[in-house]
Amino acid sequence: MNIWLVMFLGGLITFGMRFSFIYLFGRFHIPETLRRALHYVPPAVLSAIIFPEILIHDGKLALTLGNDRLLAGLVAVLVAQWTKNTLLTILAGMAALLVLQFVVR
Amino acid sequence: MNEKMSMFWSGVREEVPLLVGVFPFGMIYGALALNAGLSLAASQMMSSIVFAGSAQFITAQLVHDAAPGLVIVLTIAVVNLRHMLYSASLAPYLEKLPVRWKILLAYLLTDEAYAPTALKFEREGASPLGHWFLFGAGLALWSTWQISTGLGIFLGAAIPQNWPLDFALPLTFIALVMPVLRNRPAVMAALSAGLVALLAYNLPFKLGLILAALTGILVGTMLEGRRSSRRTL
Repeated sequence: MNIWLVMFLGGLITFGMRFSFIYLFGRFHIPETLRRALHYVPPAVLSAIIFPEILIHDGKLALTLGNDRLLAGLVAVLVAQWTKNTLLTILAGMAALLVLQFVVR
Repeated sequence: MNEKMSMFWSGVREEVPLLVGVFPFGMIYGALALNAGLSLAASQMMSSIVFAGSAQFITAQLVHDAAPGLVIVLTIAVVNLRHMLYSASLAPYLEKLPVRWKILLAYLLTDEAYAPTALKFEREGASPLGHWFLFGAGLALWSTWQISTGLGIFLGAAIPQNWPLDFALPLTFIALVMPVLRNRPAVMAALSAGLVALLAYNLPFKLGLILAALTGILVGTMLEGRRSSRRTL
């Protein structure tokens, strides 16, 4: 699928969800279970992306100290936990990866 | 200054503190989208066509991983489901507006425009000019997002190609996920989604991502259900 079509459909769906209740007010309600489920969308989707990105190397599971992205990812986890700052987390993780790739190895 | 304009500017003013965080985020998005392989025009236009921060970062990541378009669209839909809640929450206050206003305000309804508006409406109740506040907050955010995206694309193009900048995307997701892991159901949702994503990594069409996300959402919801039913016993 062409990237422009992907963006157009993604944008249309996003707009549709933002428009839904504003337009249809009073005609139906969000079920309680769906409301509860929405809390778990961010941790689930983000982790589903993060885990393979840092743990899979060349198509295989790489749970070793030789995996630079795993180590740099762990640095980022710690910095995120301590500072709660997006920019600092990215900078610390990138710095860790660069040091591992260009200095240590 | 008439009342509409004063309502509009009070929306802009209450949005400003949020913009301080949005600006660097937009710049990071611009730089990373370009680096992930999106064209200059697509990187910039996504900020107005999709206009949703985390969904845009995730789209860039999935384009970088060569995921099929349908999987990307599905993921955007799941990630942006929360906007239905915002829509439901503001709907009673916007009920009497003409449809063209509803369309405009729905387009501008992001996390950052919702937050100050919901607080304002809850504090002061329905008012005939309240929608001008949301319009001000939304437009301030929209303009900032477009400009910061452009600046990020401009700066991103100057970063050497051999730098592993693609890694900044998962790092962004780490920064976003850590603060939401506040209780056991959320932690278990994250861990189960991560585990399924690893186990299902080799499924075709990146379907492992969708499967993992749905598993995490299900695990979190069920654990919370059990917890709250225990509490009522």
